[in-house]
Amino acid sequence: MRLANWFYALPLRLRSLFRRERVEQDLNEELQYHLERKVEEFIAQGLTPEESRYAALRAMDSLALRQEECRDARRVNFIENTVHDIRYSLRTLRKSPGFTSTAVLTLALAIGANAVVFGVLNGLVLRPVNLPEAQSLYGIERVGEDVPVESYPDYLDLRDRNRSFDGLAAYRINEAGLDTGENPSRVFLFLTSGNYFDVLRIQPYLGRFFHASDEHGPNSAPYIVLSYAYWHTRFQDDRGVVGRRVQINKHPFTIAGVAPPEFHGTLLFAYPDFFLPMVNGEQIEGRNALNDRSSRWIYLALGHLKAGVTPEQAIADLNSIGGYLERTYPKEDGHVTFGLSRPSLYGDFLGSRVRAFVTGLMLLAALILAAACANLGSLFAARAADRSREIALRLALGSSRSRILRGLFTEALLISLIGGAVGVWGSVGLLRGLSAWQPVPKFPIHVPVNPDASVYAIAVALALGSGILFGLVPVRQVLRTDPYQIVKSGSTGGAGRRITVRDLLLVVQIAICALLVTSSLVAVRGLARSLNGNFGFEPRNALLVNTVLDMAGYRGDQVPTMQKRMIDAVQKIPGVESVGLINWLPFGGAGDDSPVFTVETADLRPSNAAAVPFRFRISPEYFHTAGTALLSGRTFSWHDSENAPRVAVINREFARKVFGSETNAVGRSYKMQDGTRIQVVGIVENGKYRYLTEDPQPAMFFPILQSPSSDTSLVVRSKHDPEQLAAAIRSSLRDLDSGLPSYIETWNKQLDLARFPASVATVSLGVLGVLGAMLSVTGIFGMAAYSVSKRLKELGIRIAIGAQPKEVLEAALGRAFRLLVIGSAAGLGLGILASRVLAHIVYQATPRDPLVLGGVVLAMLGLGLLATWIPAQRALSLDPLTLLREE
Amino acid sequence: MSRPSDLVQGTLDLLLLKILALEPLNGWAISQRLKQVSGDVLQVSDGSLYPALHKLEQEGWITAEWKASENNRRAKFYSLTRLGRSQLQKEAANWARLSGAITQVVRLEEA
Repeated sequence: MRLANWFYALPLRLRSLFRRERVEQDLNEELQYHLERKVEEFIAQGLTPEESRYAALRAMDSLALRQEECRDARRVNFIENTVHDIRYSLRTLRKSPGFTSTAVLTLALAIGANAVVFGVLNGLVLRPVNLPEAQSLYGIERVGEDVPVESYPDYLDLRDRNRSFDGLAAYRINEAGLDTGENPSRVFLFLTSGNYFDVLRIQPYLGRFFHASDEHGPNSAPYIVLSYAYWHTRFQDDRGVVGRRVQINKHPFTIAGVAPPEFHGTLLFAYPDFFLPMVNGEQIEGRNALNDRSSRWIYLALGHLKAGVTPEQAIADLNSIGGYLERTYPKEDGHVTFGLSRPSLYGDFLGSRVRAFVTGLMLLAALILAAACANLGSLFAARAADRSREIALRLALGSSRSRILRGLFTEALLISLIGGAVGVWGSVGLLRGLSAWQPVPKFPIHVPVNPDASVYAIAVALALGSGILFGLVPVRQVLRTDPYQIVKSGSTGGAGRRITVRDLLLVVQIAICALLVTSSLVAVRGLARSLNGNFGFEPRNALLVNTVLDMAGYRGDQVPTMQKRMIDAVQKIPGVESVGLINWLPFGGAGDDSPVFTVETADLRPSNAAAVPFRFRISPEYFHTAGTALLSGRTFSWHDSENAPRVAVINREFARKVFGSETNAVGRSYKMQDGTRIQVVGIVENGKYRYLTEDPQPAMFFPILQSPSSDTSLVVRSKHDPEQLAAAIRSSLRDLDSGLPSYIETWNKQLDLARFPASVATVSLGVLGVLGAMLSVTGIFGMAAYSVSKRLKELGIRIAIGAQPKEVLEAALGRAFRLLVIGSAAGLGLGILASRVLAHIVYQATPRDPLVLGGVVLAMLGLGLLATWIPAQRALSLDPLTLLREE
Repeated sequence: MSRPSDLVQGTLDLLLLKILALEPLNGWAISQRLKQVSGDVLQVSDGSLYPALHKLEQEGWITAEWKASENNRRAKFYSLTRLGRSQLQKEAANWARLSGAITQVVRLEEA
């Protein structure tokens, strides 16, 4: 239709739509006028008024049909019909709340699961990193090594010798103490190469960045660049901060500028407070590693490939530098092969794991959606079967099949849209929560998975797609409906006995559900045990106070002196039973290990080591405070100092590995890699040091005075309220040094980090288990409801001729129950197999646990009962008289 | 849907447009006028008149207005719009072409 026509037509269409009654009235009046004139004409011809009226009506053929034709001319019938369909569907859906809520809930869960997983996939893998020209940005990997770390001299060689990159930047992450004149605070920072911002092509939001030209050797570039978020929260958007002097670890630095809001460094999860040149690393880390080629502390070297350089060419270029490094520094570098990876997920170290994990989840979510569609399909089929009489009647009365299908489709689409909306609403909340969540409270680490338009689009598309999919299931049924047959005989043939795809699908679903239920119960039990397990220390009723004395400017001998003063000060707080000190806590992160040798070993090569035990540095009171049992010998005293002979306390596993047995180990000696002889003075019980699920590991403990460390935690044993105790500790530390930032948490809280993988596994298995259970319930429900409604008449006859309730139930639901039993047994079997995999993540995961086995059986039985309750009620409450009369 | 069998499909539109081009009329008057001018040759059933009128109205070729009729009752009067006038020219030209061609064919002498 041309534009000019619309000028006339649009007002008419709108009037037809929104002033419908008025338009109808006009139509009536117009036709009425015609009729009256016609009647007058017939009367004039001599007919009686009554005869005239009939004749006039006859002349119009069918008045109602004419009216309908006039309505058709308005061209808004489609919209009106749709509105009518929607109204009708809403009414029928409201009339069967059980069906509606089951369907909506099923779909909401399935769509929600897909939206969440897609949101994670989108946030972590699909969405390009928020950096200029991200597609040419690559990080340098060392093939065959877990983490892409480099030493500073190696980084310089790579940076200066390559011909493939437009500059090569580097970064490392660390903590420091920032003092702006008020309270000192712990900050999280990126140590970066001077060219970092220039290589990444970032422009400052405020002030200026530091550049390669600012670097003139160690500690020559005392500048920091604030992240936008930190500037916003810590400095309240004060534009005057540029040029301000601050103290970091008691060294003076100048705030050079503020980074733009969208930039938070080159690691997707990390949100550093500021950036600081790594040539000043000594002031942050307490040691100068700029010239040490064997100390690989740079996290990642990264840069943009030059225009026209392919990744393959760049790798070849890097490997020729690798050859040079191998020839020139055989001791430090050895043979290396370089590779390239995307930098934002820390190369392949995290990237490949995250991708694999998220892809797996996506597959699972897709499976869940497919199962949900299948279930909804059978629910709709059951519903259509229930309404076959109504449909047959409507067909018989002249309704078209397409009109009836449109009605059913409207219903399916309505369900899918409502379910999709609920699912999206839930998943958006979940994704927002996930983005705001800080998995490690000590560090600003986030999982940036905020939903964007593509998440909504995918969710809506999936909802509509599945609506069409399960809306299609009853189509064949309706198309085959023969109104004559149905109205006459009441039912559409008997139920088939063969195994259908639907049965198979249901068994698979139930099996998956049972598998998930088994695994999540195993995980929950393991997690519960890990809260009360024996780790070689007692985490209950203990607080941890972490301090890094570097941050407050302590150097050399000041460090142990201050640590002793801190121990004494905290010890004096009322209610404190004992205080110990340790340099890093079990499960406190990467940890520290070192090869040890028997005294007989002359060649101290790593391959000749007797063991590679974990190394801890502790105060004399540590074992007592931590609750680690001393098995033989003695612990340390403050006399085990620098000038005293080097001593160690070892654990049982160390004694077994190095000395063969623990009985005669006390008093014997072993050697460190540098040849130092160390005498064993005591043996303690084994513990867990890195993973909750690890096998016994060797460990050795050194007196803190003989191997000092500035980054330590006080372990404070007390039964007092942790909140109040933490406040008291804070105040007594402030009395010692108001410029020393500390971090206080309960030991149990700190263990959350160790329990993190197990918690994630438990939560995701639990969520998936609930989803699986929901789907099984709707699946069984759909099938049971279908079989009951299909066989209503048969069941009625059975009841009429005296069948007992048990027999009726057997006839109605036997098949559903058999499927449930088969599926559950298969799932339980699979779950027992899967627990072996789970044992790597979850503490003491075993399915041979009566509680787990009983729980699974009970859960599946409960699901079965829940799902078949309504159909069973319906089958039992059948009144054969009513039924037979109706049919 | 019943259509006037002896009316070539589409010519009803032309007839209606032509009649309304002369003066605005109501539905009843249009049916009377049709019979009158065609000498009862063109029989348009009373029923099929209105859907056709409504269609023309929706196309924007005619427009309607409620006015007092010849016997002083309220009736819906249709009149031609500017758009309708050009449509009438187009359809009239079409008709002339078509009827001319058909006449030619009918007049062909058998060989």
